[in-house]
Amino acid sequence: MMNQIIQGILLGGYYALIACGLSFMFSVMRIINLAHGSLAVLSAFALWLLASRFHISPFLGLAIVLPLMAVIGWALQRFLLQRSARGGALLPILTTFGLAIVIDNVLFEQFGADTRSLAPYIGSLSYASWEWPGSIYVGKLAVIIFVTAVVLLGGLQLFLTRTSLGRSIRATSEDPDTAGLVGVDARRAMATAAAIAMVTVGLAGAFLGMRATFDPYAGATQLLFAFEAAVIGGAGSLWGTLIGGIMLALAQTLGATVHPQGFLIGGHVAFLIVLFIRLYTSGLGLGGLLRLSTGKAS
Amino acid sequence: MSAASPVIERGTAASRIAGVGVLAIIVLLAVAPQFLSAGAVDRMTALFIYVILAAMWNALAGFGGLVSVGQQVFFGLGAYFAIRLANAGLNPFVSLFVSAVVVVAVSWPISLFMLRLKNGEFAIGMWVIAALTHLLVNLDRLIQGETGTSLISLNVYDASARRLTIYWLALASMTALLATLFGLLRGSTGAAIRAIRDNEDAAASVGVRVTGTKRLLFVLAAFGIGVAGALWLATSITFQPKTYFSVQWTAYMIFMVLVGGIGTFEGAILGALIFFLIETWFGGTGVWYLIGLGATALVFSLFLPRGLWGTVEERFGWRLLSVGYRVRLPAVGAADPATDTIASARTTTHREKA
Repeated sequence: MMNQIIQGILLGGYYALIACGLSFMFSVMRIINLAHGSLAVLSAFALWLLASRFHISPFLGLAIVLPLMAVIGWALQRFLLQRSARGGALLPILTTFGLAIVIDNVLFEQFGADTRSLAPYIGSLSYASWEWPGSIYVGKLAVIIFVTAVVLLGGLQLFLTRTSLGRSIRATSEDPDTAGLVGVDARRAMATAAAIAMVTVGLAGAFLGMRATFDPYAGATQLLFAFEAAVIGGAGSLWGTLIGGIMLALAQTLGATVHPQGFLIGGHVAFLIVLFIRLYTSGLGLGGLLRLSTGKAS
Repeated sequence: MSAASPVIERGTAASRIAGVGVLAIIVLLAVAPQFLSAGAVDRMTALFIYVILAAMWNALAGFGGLVSVGQQVFFGLGAYFAIRLANAGLNPFVSLFVSAVVVVAVSWPISLFMLRLKNGEFAIGMWVIAALTHLLVNLDRLIQGETGTSLISLNVYDASARRLTIYWLALASMTALLATLFGLLRGSTGAAIRAIRDNEDAAASVGVRVTGTKRLLFVLAAFGIGVAGALWLATSITFQPKTYFSVQWTAYMIFMVLVGGIGTFEGAILGALIFFLIETWFGGTGVWYLIGLGATALVFSLFLPRGLWGTVEERFGWRLLSVGYRVRLPAVGAADPATDTIASARTTTHREKA
């Protein structure tokens, strides 16, 4: 039991990693990017391509893929989201959904229906583990993912509170018009935020590929995980996302022990329960579910 | 200017002709199977189902401002409950429609919950509901997980009689659902619906029952899509949860409505027709067809967000199936510099600002 809880917590690190980009983008631009999961899978495929064809280790490959993801994020904001956000709150949903369909099917066209994994390219790391007291075995990779998530969330937090660019992003997320009045370039702030979000997505995609398998249509599931973790974690701080990810993973672990097919059901049900409680107790609901209060975050 | 008061119309000459035209088309479609091959009858049935899907998604998104990417949940449930009811001994054709009523019963509690979410949160929240429902349906022994099952009791009917019955049922469902939606949009609820679409807060402030109206649209869309799912089951007989609960159905709905014209009654029908033709011509190209659909939806949302019909309507002031009001200002002297503004104001005023 203890063993499963620890595995669940470590898995939560992965969910926090994929969720933080989603809620970050939402709190800055008020857009839920439905292509979020597909972009993570895109990154995984890019690393797979580098590893299988050019024999570049996925960790080294990140040096190529992450900057690429940043460019994608910047372009995404400048050419798609910025334009569609002008048409109201509904259009970006449709735009990013269209983008997700294109990405998924282009990947399918290029790579076929086979499931892939980055595990063969990271040596013993995919199965090596440490023994903890009480004969609990924890995978080295799972620990690395968890630590990365913590470092990334902390780094993002520091960036938002301590740097001027971070402060201008926060100002834009509070009120883009007023921020513009005091000299913040809102378009630049948003494009930067999108670029940062895509770097986290790229990283999440890499870990998705290392710890599990993926196929061209895996993006939808990853999007749902990210959304669920972000909502469960709630509108606290970036650390809330980590807690949300851990709770989602624990619910899935619990679901899997109840029923062989209960892994995903457990996660969805936990999400709905949390949603229910939050909608009916805090009255906060509307529009605020994903919002990170980056300003007062500890 | 004050001498003549503006005339408020509910339609144009074109829309009155169109009304007659629609009746003629329905009559023609009703007798069409006499002249069509079996394959063509099946394709037409598919077209009717697409029209239902587009109109229902448009009712929800275009008029209710509720963009959902989880509408496949009602499509899948419509088929699933039909299987369950037929398995319990109900006549398979009857069960198609009883199933949709059960879908309504399920959609009501979902609406209590989901309508509290907004925009993207609602969109993806519905997706979670769809994913969860898919998993739960898989647990049903009768369905045998992803293997699926069939609407076996339909096999007792002779193939050609079955094909014709389903064709007429689909035609009747489509007509009834479109008529219901049309009546709803033209009535006082329609005014409330469009007020919500244009500005929810302002609508609430003048006493429009926002949540109640949205719930009505949500439940209507659930019913319509449930009927569509059940009819699709009737045409294809087999039920595989993966096919019916696929997000692809929502992608089709979005494509049809975006291309046709979101928030216009005629646009959804036009979109369904275009989708039907594209599918007929390019459906065989597999993945490229899907890439094309996604890319088209993307381009339309960026550059032509009002779709083909919305654009045409705006440019030429056409109305075929008019659900709104139209304010016609009496002619003012041609020298009046304000004429241009009035003319442009006219096109904006009659844009369904009920």
